[in-house]
Amino acid sequence: MILHPGVLSLLVSSLLTLVMTFAAAGFGVRILRHWDLASGSERQLQLERRTYLVSTIVSYTLGLQLISIFLFLHTVDDLSSLFVGAMCAVGSLSVGSFGYPTLLLKIATFLLAALWLILNHADSRGYDYPLIRWKQWLLLLLAPVILAEFISQAVYFLALHPDIITSCCGSLFSVKDRTMATEVANAPPLPMLALFYTTAGLTIAAGLRFRRRGRGAYLFALLSAVQLAVAIASVVSVISLYIYQMPSHHCPFCILQKEYLFIGYPIYLTIMTTAVCGIGVGMLHRFRRAESLGEELPRIQRRLATVALWSLALQLVLATLPIVSTDFTLR
Amino acid sequence: MAANLERQRHIVDFTVASLLRRKGKNGALLAVYTVIVFLLASVIFFTHALKQEAARVLKDGPEIIVQRTLMGRYSPIPRSYADDIREIGGVQSVRPRLWGYYYDGSFLANYTLMVPDEAPPPGEIVLGSGISRLREAFPGDIVGFTGFDGRPQSYRVQGLLPEESQLVAADLILLAESDYRQLSGIPADQATDLVLTVRNRKELATIAEKIVKLHPDTRPIIRSEILRTYDALFSWRSGVVTVLFTIAALAFVIFAWDKATGLSAEERKEIGVLKAVGWESSDVLLLKFWEGLLVSLTAFLLGTALAYLHVFAGTFWLFAPVLKGWSTLYPEFRLTPFIHFGQLEVIFLLTVVPYIVTTIVPSWRVATIDPDMVLR
Amino acid sequence: MIRAQGISKTFNAGRPNEFRALQDVSVELPFGRTTILKGPSGSGKTTLLGIIGCMARPTTGRIYLGEREITSLPERFLTGIRRQTFGFIFQQFNLIKGLTVLENVMIPAYPLGEKHGLLRQRALDTLELFDLGRKAGAKVDWLSGGEAQRVAIARALINDPLVVIADEPTAHLDSRLSTEFMAIMRRLKGEGKTIILASHDPIVYDSDLGDLLIEMRDGRIVRGGERP
Repeated sequence: MILHPGVLSLLVSSLLTLVMTFAAAGFGVRILRHWDLASGSERQLQLERRTYLVSTIVSYTLGLQLISIFLFLHTVDDLSSLFVGAMCAVGSLSVGSFGYPTLLLKIATFLLAALWLILNHADSRGYDYPLIRWKQWLLLLLAPVILAEFISQAVYFLALHPDIITSCCGSLFSVKDRTMATEVANAPPLPMLALFYTTAGLTIAAGLRFRRRGRGAYLFALLSAVQLAVAIASVVSVISLYIYQMPSHHCPFCILQKEYLFIGYPIYLTIMTTAVCGIGVGMLHRFRRAESLGEELPRIQRRLATVALWSLALQLVLATLPIVSTDFTLR
Repeated sequence: MAANLERQRHIVDFTVASLLRRKGKNGALLAVYTVIVFLLASVIFFTHALKQEAARVLKDGPEIIVQRTLMGRYSPIPRSYADDIREIGGVQSVRPRLWGYYYDGSFLANYTLMVPDEAPPPGEIVLGSGISRLREAFPGDIVGFTGFDGRPQSYRVQGLLPEESQLVAADLILLAESDYRQLSGIPADQATDLVLTVRNRKELATIAEKIVKLHPDTRPIIRSEILRTYDALFSWRSGVVTVLFTIAALAFVIFAWDKATGLSAEERKEIGVLKAVGWESSDVLLLKFWEGLLVSLTAFLLGTALAYLHVFAGTFWLFAPVLKGWSTLYPEFRLTPFIHFGQLEVIFLLTVVPYIVTTIVPSWRVATIDPDMVLR
Repeated sequence: MIRAQGISKTFNAGRPNEFRALQDVSVELPFGRTTILKGPSGSGKTTLLGIIGCMARPTTGRIYLGEREITSLPERFLTGIRRQTFGFIFQQFNLIKGLTVLENVMIPAYPLGEKHGLLRQRALDTLELFDLGRKAGAKVDWLSGGEAQRVAIARALINDPLVVIADEPTAHLDSRLSTEFMAIMRRLKGEGKTIILASHDPIVYDSDLGDLLIEMRDGRIVRGGERP
């Protein structure tokens, strides 16, 4: 293992997150088993107090995961100089088989935690905790994912030794070995761009329809999820090319660096925000019949949709800016 | 939305007033916290800056160094090897180098002696600033060394190496070839090693292979390997310090926990009053959150700023020995200031995050106090 | 009206120091009227006040605020109701030391997110009603007993509650200040507020302010009903 400060701090914070989340899940189980709102008993009061602790823990987990994603990318980028053939984060992540899974799991936990908080917010508006069971089940889903992320990250870092030969993004995304990554990166750029704008447009349309008429929540959620995948694929296969102004630089991580004005951060943040809010709308829609939520639920959904739409609009602006502002062209 | 912002603003106001009301207790916590951040940040800034310096300096080094081994250990290399290595395709130039170490028993220091391309005239030497300081030898003075055969040799100091080169040259002595051979005993047909430049970087591995085939007793070292080794070494060293530090931070975390759980009766009563007059648990949690955040951010900013000054203006006097690893010759130099987000994130994760996490449960305990507590 | 049905409150249930503060208490407190709870210390008056004022939940029994049953509401909603409906004046005043009079009065309204300027003005106006306008910037640590009590009352009124509850309000006051307090209550009653007072001070329970007198002893109601 490489004793790099970034590695150590990531392991420490992942451990903290793991402990916190499992504690929260443990409370969640107890809540599921003994919850009885009408009883007013001492135990019920204690459980109600516990729900505050659980939501605080998940909020902090969310914040921590966000920081940890970016630190992870910085650290592997820093470590790339230790591996022959690696020139940036892509190279480090290709060492062993746990690099990319760790990143994906981190993103997954972030999304799940965000969705949980949306669910929690809706639940707190109802006078009888209408969504309490669903919240605990989602928490029980979140906990093992965080465990998987912790293990994956630990295995990845433990297996890293300097001097291992790996590949850089140039060869990773080259046509020779066809993996998922190369398929994505080598997707024809202009059609990919068209796909990106199309799904974005459809998502916006679905979102506006939902806001205006309250219909099509599931469609909006589905499109948001699709948009997430398409947006990331587009960044890798075409948008990055415009940002780097090079026809073969597909690296999704270099756009997070100073040379490119850190533009990667707002792009990825808007992508995640759109996805979380859009999927949140669909998630909440299932509970629209809950009596105690009444008019609150549609209001929350509308607000989520608004945020999702603004975020998507910003995403489009950020993606289009490099395309129109330089004279680099792929044609 | 606006109401939520106003609510935040009110609660923050209250938090600040509340923190200022207990200056002593919060002041002590802030002081300890700042020191912890300061220590960690210093280490992190320093090692990173060193790595950058080393990389910069080594960037201009030779691409391949060829050494000879005998019985598995280093041994001087025959100068004749250079001739056939020069014939290998892709090799731009081959040059023998002459350098070595010298242990000065009276000062308990190790010097590096080197014969550069433009060597001083026989009888004269150029000293690195560290040696100059140690032996109090300045241009015009005479310094004496003991040769390999026990015979004393003395030289006149022609000049000193510039201050900026301290990182690599503090312990360096430049001298003429004849002087060095006389001092060290290395025969005229041998050199310490050979340095190569190559035309195409991609050929490095192939050329190295060919050299070994020609002369199986040689060991070619590629520059990028050196860089990687330095990198790993600096990371390792700072990793060790980070581990030690984490242990110290644990003590701090225990202190923070103690502070958070051991709320005085008066503080508990105050929260009870807040709850009695209409604050919810979530409001009190928000209060505690802001408290933790304000203290943490202040400590983080203060500690990081002080560390920056300490490392880049104050030359890091606290930790230097551990990290630089030289025994008696400490270069005094200014590092180029360099920070980026990755370092700040590490410092944040190792200091602020554990603190905030330890305050979660105590804050929650206090936030869920029964409102009717003040009645009893 | 506020209706309490079969209220019992047991502290530390099942443990050796188990204590039954209330046993099977049922009362009806009409809006707009003044109710006085009379009884010696330990009779459960304070506990009952806390339960009626939505500060604590009973072990058994139900509370109705108008038509709405509030006993099983989650804390969040209970607190919201309490903020809007009840203003509590504590026996010990419980002002927060180190803060000014004005800040103390504004605190109950902080979570509501009202604009700072508006809230501040309202707080100053309320203080004026009690002749405390010029003391707005003073720290509460330096107030006299009477001033502190008036600040406590002003704080209870900041959210314009329907009901004012006072627990042993005259316990730390001399006769003059006690009479002053009753005068303030009279004024509030005139404004249509519902008032609930708990006291074992004759100045309070003998006054003609109370429409309802409920006598308690050992956690039970021993006599209760309209004042003849």
